[in-house]
Amino acid sequence: MAETKAPAERPLSPHLFIYKPTLTMTMSIVHRITGAGLYFGTLLLAWWLIAAASSPNAYAGVGSFMSSFVGRLILFGYTWALMHHMLGGIRHLIWDTGRGFGPHEREWLTVASLVGSISLTVVIWIVGYLFMGGPR
Amino acid sequence: MAGDMGTPLKHVRGLGPAKSGTGHFWRQRLTAVANVPLTIAFVLIAVGLLGRNHAAVVQILGSPLIAVIMLLFIMSVTTHMRIGMQVIIEDYVHDEGRKLFLLMANTFFAVAVGLASAFAILMLSFKV
Repeated sequence: MAETKAPAERPLSPHLFIYKPTLTMTMSIVHRITGAGLYFGTLLLAWWLIAAASSPNAYAGVGSFMSSFVGRLILFGYTWALMHHMLGGIRHLIWDTGRGFGPHEREWLTVASLVGSISLTVVIWIVGYLFMGGPR
Repeated sequence: MAGDMGTPLKHVRGLGPAKSGTGHFWRQRLTAVANVPLTIAFVLIAVGLLGRNHAAVVQILGSPLIAVIMLLFIMSVTTHMRIGMQVIIEDYVHDEGRKLFLLMANTFFAVAVGLASAFAILMLSFKV
């Protein structure tokens, strides 16, 4: 029986890595990563709501985790991921209509969603701390 | 190659791959549009509840308007995230068995999180 030959060294079609990373490409990946993060983040939402429905003690337990350093870090990341995915989603909805694909527009939209998500996150946390006393 | 695999009934109804199968695409965009105002509302509600005691949180989350917004948010978000994660799994997991397992786990996760959250809101609303 003939030996199995190693597959011939044929040229492969170039994949993502051959391209110079661009902003829109990076943000497309970030959109997916933030989406996956939000997916698992819904566990926090479910935990929070179930605790609120269960007892004051359970609710206090969630509160002490959320106000810990790690908890705040997770919530801050969650806030940014939510804002970024929302603005990125709006950008994708605009693109779905066939608009905003020009070389200038697509870059502008992408930068706007990044700047917007960071700004909104900071504003939400400032409001949280200043006017509501912050997570306690 | 095999010929036409469609059933006569399918021909009568005019169904074909181009006329169905966009269900996920469409639902993903429908929930995306719904998620924008619902997410804004959710963030406002969440920030408004910061630092409040349990009794106040129960009262606010259980009030009709807030509860309905939260239920809509939960429904739209869990639908959206189930489809989104399905796309991620289909893109990266090529082993048939593992893919099937993860696709099932994905649905279980989304349904469980959605139902648990919705159930909690209903409990708060009806003060059970």
